[in-house]
Amino acid sequence: MGLTNQSCGRALISQKFNISFNKEDFIIALAGNPNVGKSTVFNGLTGLNQHTGNWPGKTVATARGSYTHKDKKFILVDLPGTYSLFANSAEEQIARDFICFGNPDATIIVADATCLERNLNLALQVMELTDKVILCLNLMDEADKKGISIDIKQLEKELGIPVIPTAARKKLGLRALMDATYDVASKIKKPTPRKISYGNAIESEIQKIIPYLEKKLNNKLDPRWVALRLLEGDTTLLDSINAFLYENNSPLAYKEVAYAHEC
Amino acid sequence: MNHLYSSSHTIPLSDLPVGMQVQVLHLKATGLSRRRLLDLGLVPGTQIKILRKSPLGDPTAYEIRGASVALRKEEASNILVQPILNS
Repeated sequence: MGLTNQSCGRALISQKFNISFNKEDFIIALAGNPNVGKSTVFNGLTGLNQHTGNWPGKTVATARGSYTHKDKKFILVDLPGTYSLFANSAEEQIARDFICFGNPDATIIVADATCLERNLNLALQVMELTDKVILCLNLMDEADKKGISIDIKQLEKELGIPVIPTAARKKLGLRALMDATYDVASKIKKPTPRKISYGNAIESEIQKIIPYLEKKLNNKLDPRWVALRLLEGDTTLLDSINAFLYENNSPLAYKEVAYAHEC
Repeated sequence: MNHLYSSSHTIPLSDLPVGMQVQVLHLKATGLSRRRLLDLGLVPGTQIKILRKSPLGDPTAYEIRGASVALRKEEASNILVQPILNS
């Protein structure tokens, strides 16, 4: 009953996202709101100098690069900038599907330190999806200029994940980001993201659906997260689950959304 | 929140002039549009400042949680707000 390539979701990465890699390599997803310097962080880490324009939707598909740190090769996947993972647009769906089904070894959320509150929405959504998260607090130089100071230790405590301040444009903090990513990807450090409680009414519905989902999802997706999306009536997720996990083989059907609504 | 919602101070965001500071009471939007507004951080209690209107009056720029966001009139009309007094 060992973990096969297939069951780890590794096969999915190469099939669905067209990324070739070595079994030993770490796959790292880079997520974040638009315009937080995600591509600058990407270029800083990989030494590449691509996609440096600034217009909305610049990173339409996923850009890829790699770097080596502590003798390990990291494949970095630059996801499109989104405010949310709830699939309001094609970009959001790409980002969500990669984090959900690509099963990366770690996900780096790049956030704008000058506008932290607004950026934490996406951070919390990613933290619901996966435990292997690092928050990269970029644009720290801008924040300094604006007189904003951030208590990094306290933020780490509140969120339960590593928080790394960077100023990617000046190449500051990137080494620390590589170290933190290495620790999470190689499971030296296990983040424990704070999970949001949605109140009794919703929590009790979640508990009703979870046992059913656990059977269907086979540990490939967080059942609590799927339960929340079903309660919300998100049908795009079902399409993705069918496409990625089942290939139309005993799929989760729309009737389950109806089921979730009836509960 | 219900007593606030029914108060006479409840106004659609789109009806207010530049410079005003308001607080969100209720979102009338549903579905994806509601999701989008929530993702921008518009929940009851959120403070909004009306920054400026474009030359034709639509869209309008708003300051929401430290970011400036442009909203169309049809979107802003679904956000019910209350002016913040003595701000």
